[in-house]
Amino acid sequence: MSQKIQLALSQMQAGQTGTVIQILGGRGLIRRLDALGIRPGKKVTKTSSTLFHGPVTLRTNQTQVAIGFGMANRILVEIDTST
Amino acid sequence: MGNPNVGKSVIFSRLTGTRTIASNYPGTTVEFIKGSLKLGQEQAEIIDVPGTYTLEPTSKAEEVAAEMLNEGDLIINVVDATNLERNLNLTLQLLGRQAPVIIALNMWDDTHHRGINIDTVKLEELLGVPVIPTVGVTGQGIRELVRRLPEAATPQVTYASSNERWAKIGDIVSQVQSLSHRHHTWRDVLEDLSNHPAGGAVFAVLVLAATFFVIRFIGEGIINYVGDPLFNWLWTPLLMKLSLALGSGGFWHDILIGKLINGEIDYLQSFGLLSTGIYIPLAVVLPYIVAFYFVLGILEDVGYLPRLAVLMDTLLHRLGLHGYAIIPTILGFGCNVPAVMATRILESRRERFIAATLISIGIPCAALQAMIIGLVGQQGMQYVAIVYGSLFASWIIIGLILNRAVKGFSPELIMEIPPYRFPPWRIVGEKLWLRVFSFIKEALPIVLGTVLVVNILYMLGVFDFIANIAFPILTVLLGLPKETVVALSIGFLRKDVAVGMLAPLALTAKQLVISTTVLAMVFPCMATFVILARELGARDTLKATGIMIAAALIVGGLQNLIL
Repeated sequence: MSQKIQLALSQMQAGQTGTVIQILGGRGLIRRLDALGIRPGKKVTKTSSTLFHGPVTLRTNQTQVAIGFGMANRILVEIDTST
Repeated sequence: MGNPNVGKSVIFSRLTGTRTIASNYPGTTVEFIKGSLKLGQEQAEIIDVPGTYTLEPTSKAEEVAAEMLNEGDLIINVVDATNLERNLNLTLQLLGRQAPVIIALNMWDDTHHRGINIDTVKLEELLGVPVIPTVGVTGQGIRELVRRLPEAATPQVTYASSNERWAKIGDIVSQVQSLSHRHHTWRDVLEDLSNHPAGGAVFAVLVLAATFFVIRFIGEGIINYVGDPLFNWLWTPLLMKLSLALGSGGFWHDILIGKLINGEIDYLQSFGLLSTGIYIPLAVVLPYIVAFYFVLGILEDVGYLPRLAVLMDTLLHRLGLHGYAIIPTILGFGCNVPAVMATRILESRRERFIAATLISIGIPCAALQAMIIGLVGQQGMQYVAIVYGSLFASWIIIGLILNRAVKGFSPELIMEIPPYRFPPWRIVGEKLWLRVFSFIKEALPIVLGTVLVVNILYMLGVFDFIANIAFPILTVLLGLPKETVVALSIGFLRKDVAVGMLAPLALTAKQLVISTTVLAMVFPCMATFVILARELGARDTLKATGIMIAAALIVGGLQNLIL
């Protein structure tokens, strides 16, 4: 049975793929993420996290991007648990 | 014009023949560079600018790019073919402007490795401008790029919002790009390893350890097998002949050859233009410059530095910086000047100030390090370790303090991690040669000038004067003989020569440690000072200098107490 769950990017596990739903932040944050291709509707795969609330790395298309933990907290992602 | 780390500087080098430094991390180019290209009968000026993701800049480096855009008659948009979607964001913004655009679809070879197929003809059709596949590092496609420059066009299409633009991009990409499966290569294995949280840390420690050993190995190797033999077997006899011809003493002798120590030339103590003036930069410092930049060049081009930035991010946040600041900091181990300039990639003024100050205080440049290893190392490597340890501890502690004290914010890390790449050896060699040549061209005259100034000041008795006035406090606080003040003041000109001036003072190991640590920290050398003033502005530079002087005296005093 497939179930769609919404959670923050920081809560995803490494290797999971999800679709960005919303960025909970101001225009500045949205703009910076947008420039790197992270925006609602985009599929992202979390590749790793670092110790002690360090940056999160994720992959979108062919690019790998590292984002601070605080920012990762504010990116809302929907994952499909059937995958 | 293009995203960071797409190969603009490499293509620029190809087009103009002007050599530039290019590396595999975003933020290598921080200011614009001009070169020229002969097109038919005319000379065209070409400008290489820092990379930017959009036309709305988020850092000082990106501002430079956005400004230069207004000056261009024709825009060569360099696009990373392996990242088509994101790169097109900037492209579509450029297409809305008045200047004609032509696209260099770079890293074309990489698309095949990754199983990416792009229909360039269709892309050209959809965008309305010429699209030429290129491989910057080999030169493939450059000729065609130049040939088709006249075809650059201005579709002048604008989009109402960023969403609309992305929708168009999605549409274009789906028509033009297809992906096919490819095998897991060694690069993917390496990626997985460095991404793993614990594995990544272990990997980093290994890389850093390997870095130290390789640099030391190459540096000492060149010194012992090339530099010293050349100087001792060839140069010394020549100088001794000149010395006799000049009467073994007197004005010209002292200027050119320096003082004879026990009837012989001692390269560290004699202090003549032709002896110390040449020995320090070429025989002591140059081997380490070569070693350091060789290793750094490889680390840069492979693309490891951004991953290191991710690892160090948490620690650096405690110091008021974020992970990205590790790149200027590492550059500082070569020379503080390009390091301070590289702080332009940091986004906030506060970060730039903290990073630049920390670099000037705690990061010794290659020239200084080479001399410290040479001079203090004679007493035993454990003393060299104490110096490095003190510098590192100061870097951390001052960073912690600055983090609290300086107002402003430090943004979070957000950065692209480039794929692992290995450039052709030719590119590694070219970059190394460029940096070595820069060092010889720029540093050698300053060293010679400094040696000359020192000699003249000695002859005029200025140094005795300074040593007598200055700071009996220093003697008490730091436990150093008053003559060391002289060496410290020369530190404002060149730090390596200043360390050289400590040589004849017959200091104990403890005094050597204190004096070299203080020298490294107390104020920036002239070149660095000029760059700091340029990047931070006068007021902040004075603040930074004040912090340096205070920190140096405190650390020196502590060393005096503890050791």
